[in-house]
Amino acid sequence: MSSCGKNENPQEMNRRKFLKVFGGGAVASSAALYGCAPKNEPGAAVVLGEVPTDKMTYRQHPTNGDKVSILGYGCMRWPLKQGSDGKDQIDQEAVNRLVDYAIEHGVNYFDTSPVYVQGMSEKATGIALARHPRNSYYLATKLSNFQNYTRENSLAMYRQSFRDLQTDYLDYYLLHSIGGGNGIELFNDRYINNGMLDFLVKEREAGRIRNLGWSFHGDVKVFDYVLDMGIKWDFVQIQLNYLDWKHASGRNVNADYLYGELEKRGIPAVIMEPLLGGRLSNVPDHIVGRLKQQRPENSVASWAFRFAGSPDGVLTVLSGMTYMEHLQDNIRTYSPLIPVTDEEKDFLEETAQLMMKYPTIPCNDCKYCMPCPYALDIPGILLHYNKCVNEGNVPKSAQDENYAKARRAFLVGYDRSVPKLRQANHCTGCEQCNPHCPQGIDIPKEMQRIDKFVEELKVNG
Amino acid sequence: MLRKIRIIAAAFCFVLITLLFLDFTGTIHAWFGWLAKIQFWPALLALNVGVVAGLVILTLLLGRVYCSVICPLGVLQDIISWFASKRKKYRFSYSPALKWVRYGTLVVFIVACIAGIGSLVALISPYSAYGRIASNLFAPIYQEGNNLLAYFAERMDSYAFYSVHVWVRSLATMGIAILSFVLLAILAWRNGRTYCNTICPVGTVLGFLSRYALLKPRIDTDKCNGCGLCARKCKASCIDSKNHAIDYSRCVTCMDCLDNCRQGAISYTRARKAGKTTSVKESSTKDTADVSRRRALSATALVAMSSVLHAQQKKLEDYVEMKKDGGFAPIKERKEPDRLASLVPPGALSIGNLAQHCTGCQLCVSVCENHVLRPSTDLMKLMQPEMAFDRGYCRPECTKCSEVCPTGAIKLITKEDKSAIQIGHAVWVKDLCIVNTDGMSCGNCERHCPTKSIQMVAKDPADPKSLKIPVINTETCIGCGACEHLCPSRPYSAIYVEGHEMHRTI
Repeated sequence: MSSCGKNENPQEMNRRKFLKVFGGGAVASSAALYGCAPKNEPGAAVVLGEVPTDKMTYRQHPTNGDKVSILGYGCMRWPLKQGSDGKDQIDQEAVNRLVDYAIEHGVNYFDTSPVYVQGMSEKATGIALARHPRNSYYLATKLSNFQNYTRENSLAMYRQSFRDLQTDYLDYYLLHSIGGGNGIELFNDRYINNGMLDFLVKEREAGRIRNLGWSFHGDVKVFDYVLDMGIKWDFVQIQLNYLDWKHASGRNVNADYLYGELEKRGIPAVIMEPLLGGRLSNVPDHIVGRLKQQRPENSVASWAFRFAGSPDGVLTVLSGMTYMEHLQDNIRTYSPLIPVTDEEKDFLEETAQLMMKYPTIPCNDCKYCMPCPYALDIPGILLHYNKCVNEGNVPKSAQDENYAKARRAFLVGYDRSVPKLRQANHCTGCEQCNPHCPQGIDIPKEMQRIDKFVEELKVNG
Repeated sequence: MLRKIRIIAAAFCFVLITLLFLDFTGTIHAWFGWLAKIQFWPALLALNVGVVAGLVILTLLLGRVYCSVICPLGVLQDIISWFASKRKKYRFSYSPALKWVRYGTLVVFIVACIAGIGSLVALISPYSAYGRIASNLFAPIYQEGNNLLAYFAERMDSYAFYSVHVWVRSLATMGIAILSFVLLAILAWRNGRTYCNTICPVGTVLGFLSRYALLKPRIDTDKCNGCGLCARKCKASCIDSKNHAIDYSRCVTCMDCLDNCRQGAISYTRARKAGKTTSVKESSTKDTADVSRRRALSATALVAMSSVLHAQQKKLEDYVEMKKDGGFAPIKERKEPDRLASLVPPGALSIGNLAQHCTGCQLCVSVCENHVLRPSTDLMKLMQPEMAFDRGYCRPECTKCSEVCPTGAIKLITKEDKSAIQIGHAVWVKDLCIVNTDGMSCGNCERHCPTKSIQMVAKDPADPKSLKIPVINTETCIGCGACEHLCPSRPYSAIYVEGHEMHRTI
């Protein structure tokens, strides 16, 4: 389960610390429980069973034979803690613990990027993985040359990845998030005109890159163009989940098309956003009820993971797991993967349609928009709004039945989630965030819409 | 019995008045806001004839009950004194009145009022003193307690409590509040009601009246055995037991002596043939609290917060240039613009009206939920409220300060009134606007102007497609500060509000 890794807000940090401490404690105490609980007394551990270490489903890469675990570790949401200088830093001990646990339980694919987690992800991932034999896992990272795509800077970024990841070869290397901006033109600028793609193909020949591919968000023309531009792609990373399958939001492309095109060409698909940053786990109550009714002992998130892992052409499903509990839940779901049946697919399609009725904003909390130069907490604002949408706390008018309660929940919750000076009313509309949003959200427009709504709530007490 | 009634009534008033300063939700005000308005000095400033007449009559009937029951500063001293009595039971003794200090202070007080030195008035006035103690010392504790509840409420997914920002609105006022409290505590700990009997101008004025009160504690010389217990229990030090005389100008009718007299010689009754009992002797000079307090005031001015250490260590830059994902841009500090005229809240009518009527009790400051009001640091109007927009702006739906003000310094207004009261007008600072500094259109001021007094126009009149700048219609601008608060420019806003001496209705 991909985390809802909203943080930085001190209270949130506390909660995170709290979870960390007690989460760790829970692991220890449940381990103790196995040891001493009488066999026929059903405690929590007995009901759920131990997290399996040897049941993970693996997919074989069609050309190179890599056996990749269906659960891939996305290194975009590593747990943070506050350093002595007041700045965020990655909680390396927690990362080590998560990585060790993942590998112990059969996870062998780790996906990172130079820009993740304020630029700290590769180093932290490298430190954690260097403690394991290099041939026990596959390493994926990306050429994330969004800001400065000169050849020099792109090469520097490529080489820095080797150093930070403490490796001399990369198993999977991606052109990061193509299809954004002005489409093919930007793609050419980032990878063709500067000769980087040629360079990377040569690196593949030299064996420093074992598999070359790309991740995609946005303009379908770029997807079609790059797919057939005459280069052998070893894999492609796409956004796929039961909502995006047929109901992609904004300028995103339906996943059934993307996956279909890959399948036709026999290119393995790496799946990102299987849970939409937690949006498919944090759903309105009646949808929780609906999913739980079918499989009461499985998590809401497990549906999304089963759906994403079911197509045969899927090599691995990436999940950015911040918390141990998420990691454990996902390992359970995939040990082994029970593919969704046709009936279940229909059931999830109906569920998707129910979800579409909620006017949430398709933010997956990836934080690519951050830091906002005017200090807003963009994902914090959007997540709070979505939470209120899902909980029915976005009243349409002051005449609504539960107006007073909803108003209080929205406003009090807003101040709790986002410090006043980072709220939507400080948006200047500079639009510097927009090109970074992989979901194509018009962020200033949403900020101003939410701000207007907040203003109305405040005035109509 | 009478003592118990006094204690219950005093507890009622004290707790609720204190809550007026602590409660930031406005619930208590709706019910008990009147408790601030029946305070003597505020009522006098508000020219509230009914209340003043009521208090005069009350004093003429019952003596200085006001000081024992209604005045929160008096009750605070009683509380401190009660703790002191736990250590030593009979610790008071009769002392003659320090007449020249009493009348001297009263004269200074009146002169300060006439001369319009609001700061001096606020320094001496009992209600103001209690207000600043409650809002500067008690309110933060209350708020932190609330925040603790909010912390747990948040974790229980409850919206019953929300956390509030606790901050020091003015270091000077805070310092004065601490000094007031310490001085008062020392006086009360040692000698009970010294402040009320020697400094408090309200006490002095009421003392003139209470001499002629209908009901007073009277000593029956037939029953009295001269044990002097009453004098040793009298926190006002006004019972001269040797002479069976009580100084009624200083007696706060606490009834302690009544309960304490084992002979039952003291009763609270009408006069039979009671003669004058005031015994007045000049006493040796004593350093007055007033002087030391003023000295203390100048001392606080010296207490300056050391600047925050910016431990911003220049990080070794990676040589790869990239836009890293996540993290926050720092919130940059905002500085107050230099305003020609200060900003006072709608309802204050004018800067002069506020200065004349305000007693600096901090009630408006403590209820300002948008963190706009704060005590002035200007020496002439020290502790009187002033507006600043670094933490929020004067929101259209809020009229709290006007609702709570007991002195008429901020007159009661409705939301509708407020939307048409011009307290100032916005001024655009061309060189700071992000159109010119960042080369970017913004329009945040325009989007948030509640009176739609700002419009965005093309910077270059010849090119309608050029970046837009805000222009202000100063006729309709009310000076709420939304634009100033929400302007992205740091440390100074590119649009700020200039105050008007006289508020206008538009």
